[in-house]
Order: sequence, then C-alpha cells, then structure tokens
Amino acid sequence: MRFMYIVTSPQPNQYPTPALMEAIQKLADREIKAGRMLDSGGLMPVSMGAQVKVANGKLSVVDGPFVEAKELIGGYAIFELRDKEEAVAAAVEFMQLHKEHMPHWEGTCEVRSFASPEAEMACQVEARVAS
Amino acid sequence: MTAADIHRTILAVWRNEQPRLVTSLSRMLRDVPLAEDLTQEALVAALEHWPATGVPEKPGAWLMATAKRRAVDHLRRGRMLAHKHDMVARDMEQEQQTVPDFDAALDDDIGDELLRLVFTACHPLLSQEARVALALRMICGLTTEEIARAFLVPDTTIAQRIVRAKRTLSESGLAYETPRREELSERLASVLEVVYLIFNEGYTAARGEHWLRPQLCNEALRMGRVLVSIAPHEPEAFGLLALMELNASRTAARTDAAGEPVLLTDQNRARWDRLQIRRGLQALRRARELAGVDGAAEGFYVLQAAIIACHAEAASVGETDWGRISELYAELAKRAPSPVVELNRAVAVGMAEGPAAGLAIADRLVGEPALKSYHLLGSVRGDFLQKLGRFEQARATLEAAASLAANDRERELLQRRAAEAAAASRG
Repeated sequence: MRFMYIVTSPQPNQYPTPALMEAIQKLADREIKAGRMLDSGGLMPVSMGAQVKVANGKLSVVDGPFVEAKELIGGYAIFELRDKEEAVAAAVEFMQLHKEHMPHWEGTCEVRSFASPEAEMACQVEARVAS
Repeated sequence: MTAADIHRTILAVWRNEQPRLVTSLSRMLRDVPLAEDLTQEALVAALEHWPATGVPEKPGAWLMATAKRRAVDHLRRGRMLAHKHDMVARDMEQEQQTVPDFDAALDDDIGDELLRLVFTACHPLLSQEARVALALRMICGLTTEEIARAFLVPDTTIAQRIVRAKRTLSESGLAYETPRREELSERLASVLEVVYLIFNEGYTAARGEHWLRPQLCNEALRMGRVLVSIAPHEPEAFGLLALMELNASRTAARTDAAGEPVLLTDQNRARWDRLQIRRGLQALRRARELAGVDGAAEGFYVLQAAIIACHAEAASVGETDWGRISELYAELAKRAPSPVVELNRAVAVGMAEGPAAGLAIADRLVGEPALKSYHLLGSVRGDFLQKLGRFEQARATLEAAASLAANDRERELLQRRAAEAAAASRG
C-alpha cells in the first residue's frame, strides 16, 4: 500500500535544527535503501505560494501569505508499505526524532493511504476484523 | 485497541527494525541464520511484553537488548562448540555490563552486512523454494504464516523449508560468507532469479485470493530496491528493478471493474502509475549507463525492461515504437533463445511492418515442439490471417487455438474470433 506523509506545524518559522536535519537525513537514507521510501520533498513557505479558490460560485486567485492558515504543510514523503500499522510505526519513528532533537517543536505527521483497489481491500479486511 | 490490533502494531514496529536487527546481530555473531533466529525470538518477547508495557520509545534498542541477551544464553549453552562463539559471548557480556545504550549497537550503515544477508538467503546451494522462503523471511521480515499464506501452502511446509535451509547453510559452512567481488555478478543471478520469481507469483495472483499474494509484488520490489543499493554497479540488478517497477505500474489498469484481465493494448493508460513509471525509467537509464554505451552488456532483465519501457513511454498503442520493440525482442532472442520470445517478436514486427511480415515469423514457429499446445501461437497467427483477409484459414487456426486454451475465458474469446472469421469468410 502506498502512503503519503504530510507534516504540518503551527510554528512555520521554526526550521529544523542541524541535529534534527542530520537525524532525518540518516533515517531517509535508510528508508530509501530499504526500498520503502519512494519520494519526498520539502515545501517553500506559503508566502511564496498562492491559493486558487472556488467559493459561492466565484473563482479567485490569492497570493500568499495567508493570515488564516493555522497548520502549515512543511513537507511530504511517499512510502510503499505493507499496511497502516507499518505506516504508523514509520511515522512514530520520524516524529520521535523531532521530539528528541527539537523538544519545543510541535506538529503533526498525517498518514494517508493512496486510494487504490489494494487500499479498498485493506479497508474491507479491517471492517471484517472489526465486525 | 483489540488484541489483534496490538499484535499488528507490534509486528509493524518489529518489521521496521528487523533489517537493522538481523544485520547488526549477524555481524556480532558471525552467523546469519542464528542472527535471524534471535531476531524472531526478540519478536516473540515483544509480543509477550509490549501489550502490557506499551511500545517502548526506542523499540529498536529494546529488541536489540533482548536479542543480545538471548544470544549470550545461546552461546553459553553451546560454549564447548566453538572458540569463536566463546569470544563473541565474552565480548557481548562485557559490553552488556558496561554499555547500557543498545541503540549504539544498531548499525545504521548496514550495506555490507545486508549484502551478505541477501546472498546467504539466496545461495545457489539451496533449492529455489528454500531461497524464496528465506529471502522473504530474512530480507522482508515476513513471518512463516505470512509466507505460507502468500504461497498457498501449509505453515508447516514453510517452517520446514526454513529450518532445513538454515541447517544446510550452517552445515556447509555458509552461515557467514560473502561472495568475493569477482563472484558477485555470477552469484547475483541466483538472487535476481528469486526476486523475479516472487514478483511474478504476486503479479499473476488472481483477484479474490488472499491479499498477501499480490503483496508479493511489493515485497519483490522492496528487495529489488535493496539490491540496487547494495550492488550499485550491477546493471542487471537495475534492469530487474526497472522491469518490476514498470510492470507494477500497470497494476490498476490490468483488471476491469469485474476483475477480468485487460490486455496491455486495451488498457486505460491514465490508470498507469506515473510515479512508478518514472522510477522504472530511472532504473533502466542507470542499468544502461552501467552496461556501457553500446549496450553490449545488456542482459536478460535490462532488455525486458527496455521493451516494457517502450509501452510505458507511449501515450497510446498507435504511438508505440513497435520497430524498437521488435529489435529488442530480436536482441533478447539472441541472449535467451526461446520460441515464446520469437512469437512476441512476430507480434511486434506485425505491428511495425504489417501482418504479412509478422505472419512470416509466426509461421516458422509452427511445428515447434515447445509451442505444440500453446494456444497463443494460433491466436497470433489467426489475427494476422484475419487482417490479411485470409478468413477461412483464420477461422481454422483460431478454432484449433480455442481447443488448446487452458481457461474458459480465453477459449470463449478465441471461439468468438473464429466465428467472426467464419462470418467474414461467408460474406
């Protein structure tokens, strides 16, 4: 199953410390070599982006920065893993590094499964297990 | 969380740590099968303890400490057996007393050790079945039950295969050996064969079978990616990875909503996985760079990947470079002569140069003993004859092919095409 990890934080200006960067790099290297991580990337600050919205039947293009944004996406990664449990285990290890190297940082690593027949099958399995 | 949830969580955490555990332990103990046993024992211990204590903050360190304790016990029991083990046991005991930080014992740079692990699991001395089971267990961290379910055999069969294979390795003095540089390419063939076999087992799994069967494709892909990281100068390792990534990229398009197979030429290419295609093409490029500019060293997997790449890169059947595909099949036929490859070449030539040229090649295969009961030869020839307007011959050929088809769906399709040819012949 393929998963996307999206890291968000309410503290967009707290950049990772060099120690955290190094630890993340080491983990990423390991995951690439283990054949689990397929792709990853960091995102530039929202102020450099834009939003294209549709609301009340009107389309609008808004340039950053966006004052109303509470949780900002800093980066993503794509993993190919066996199941949700494995995906969560990997996210826990990743966030543990943040906890260790940047104790005051706060954020969320969202684990999302790609839509696929495989993922739907896993949902059915889960539903069966639950029922 | 239910007990089953906790079990799955623990298994996932363990699997995450398993490669580092088994490689660190095998380096310490100079014994790959023993390291693997201890890694399994650490899992059993985790399953006993973690439901009550919760998963520790550093699960890898916990598992490592547990495995090492077991290792010391194990080596004490077998102390008289080997001086080497005695030394290792003493070192480890000392280390345990002085260094409480077991995290340090977990190697992050596991490249060499992983190479040894992979080549040990896929040793040519072992039967193919044993290699497959050991590879899934030692490299991917699948449990005996998972391997059994994926291969539709009883648990005990897999368990026995693994025990016997480990014994063979130990008794042959292969518990801790690494192929020398010059042997690497030769030994690699045995590894690639195992990985490709696992991939194909998953690729041909039918819908409705246990979910672990198609999952074998991902296990093979994972092994393929591991291989290119530990053998980064081997073109065929990249070739196999490319072949698997490119084939797997079509997974979503290979069956329709009812689960019926869809032929490559009929597939909705919008459903092909672009990320996987990109990775496949990247691996193929690397394979070619390593094989040399003239491609003289292009092997079995690189050539097959190159053929699939022609499809992956084409926006439609019409835009496919069939000329290039026929050249690649010709090259493949030189490397690994086979009537099936020749038949594929006939199809490609038929697409590139027209049905007459394709038929000329396919006709030469009639009477080939290996294809005597192969319905696809008749299917391909029937198609060419039909396109050439030789309807009566097309009908006879397709009917003969239908009688050879192994499954109902294919037989029905061939009979339908024969009926179409018959109708055209009358009209």
